[in-house]
Amino acid sequence: MLKKRIIPALLLKDGRMVKGKNFSQFRDVGNPVTAARVYNAQKADELVFLDICPTRESRQVVCHIIEEAACECFMPLTVGGGISSCEDIKDFLDIGADKVAINSAAVRNPELIREGAEMFGDQCIVVSVDYKTRSDGTRRVYIDSGKTEVDLDPWEHIQRCTALGAGEIMLTSIDHEGMMQGYDMDFIAMVSGMIDVPLIANGGAGRLEDFKQVLAETRASAVAASSIFHFTDQSPIKTRFFLSNNGVNVRV
Amino acid sequence: MIAIIDYGMGNKHSVYNALKYIAVDSIITRDAGEISRAERIILPGVGAFGAAMENLRQFGLEDILHEEVIVKGKPFLGICLGMQLLAETGTEKGLFKGLGWIAGDVVKLQPAGTGFKLPHVGWNDIELVRDVGLFKGLKKEKAFYYVHSYAMRPADENDLVATGNYGVDFTAAVLKNNIFATQFHPEKSQKNGLTVLENFVDWRV
Repeated sequence: MLKKRIIPALLLKDGRMVKGKNFSQFRDVGNPVTAARVYNAQKADELVFLDICPTRESRQVVCHIIEEAACECFMPLTVGGGISSCEDIKDFLDIGADKVAINSAAVRNPELIREGAEMFGDQCIVVSVDYKTRSDGTRRVYIDSGKTEVDLDPWEHIQRCTALGAGEIMLTSIDHEGMMQGYDMDFIAMVSGMIDVPLIANGGAGRLEDFKQVLAETRASAVAASSIFHFTDQSPIKTRFFLSNNGVNVRV
Repeated sequence: MIAIIDYGMGNKHSVYNALKYIAVDSIITRDAGEISRAERIILPGVGAFGAAMENLRQFGLEDILHEEVIVKGKPFLGICLGMQLLAETGTEKGLFKGLGWIAGDVVKLQPAGTGFKLPHVGWNDIELVRDVGLFKGLKKEKAFYYVHSYAMRPADENDLVATGNYGVDFTAAVLKNNIFATQFHPEKSQKNGLTVLENFVDWRV
């Protein structure tokens, strides 16, 4: 049986690891390579690195972080932030990333998904979808690390991305992100029940029960989280024991 | 020295990093001389079957590998796509001829039932069909990391040494003489994966 995955997400800004609430109020939470080492020791299933302020300079720093992490962390590494061409994808795969997360370019240039999937295989193309829910209950996609609203429904966007060859979808509710009050269950349940590729649910974990809820009640293949690992004494290792004891199929 | 074959398909550096971590010298190469001098050969790979075979031929690697592995009998490890290429035929995006070292073909996973998303991505247990030295020292939970939509079907069941299950049983590892190959990624499977790589390095055919 395929196991559900626990994926710490490391947000990067100017070479440091940061964490915010609803994609703002970022604070420094340490050195990303050190954190990756710790997560490796705690048997995380994968790691996701996201550069939230991608620039030409930050790209070099992120590459360096991935290179260092890849020397010691023998698990899948996903990297995202400012990826807009097949050359970008190749650069990251060449230095040790296994997958890339495409966010803004999936809206501005969806063909990149098809090109990337054809060139490198769909297994390494993760499309990261950030969205907010409006007061009338409709949802809108956001890009540029949550700074730009797009007149696009996330479910419509996800369908287009999977049709183009996205190998996985990482879904983040900006409203829930960093609030540690649980995941956006309804939408995760809906999307994970409809798509044919794995869904990584992200944004909102504050308690171990939140992981359990997503993994037991929806068809999400994985949970991503960061605040719970930065700001509480929970770790991937404690998470997997809790989940395993509660009947969720995880690595122990 | 281990030669990690560079044919433009996938995560050769991850394999290099894992070998370095267990203190084994390796070289990423497509050079005939370097491959010839290596004691062992690893064929990694992520991507599509047809494109991979085309690259192997274009770089002259099909003949070089045949000489080193089949004629000279060097210990060989194929990983993921590098395992699938050993079959006679691949069926991913067309029908393609493989290296043909292991009788059989490569077909898309067809899990029975609902909820089995493809690609099959993540950690899954293996079941040993035969207890071979290459799997000694694994943890009780024999979980490894996979990323694939296709799997090999060996024609000779004697070649099969481990299976996985994802709504359907599939080939997780094959072993034939000096040829060992895994569908999972030992270089991405933390402790269990490093153990398999260490076993390969120590393997006396």
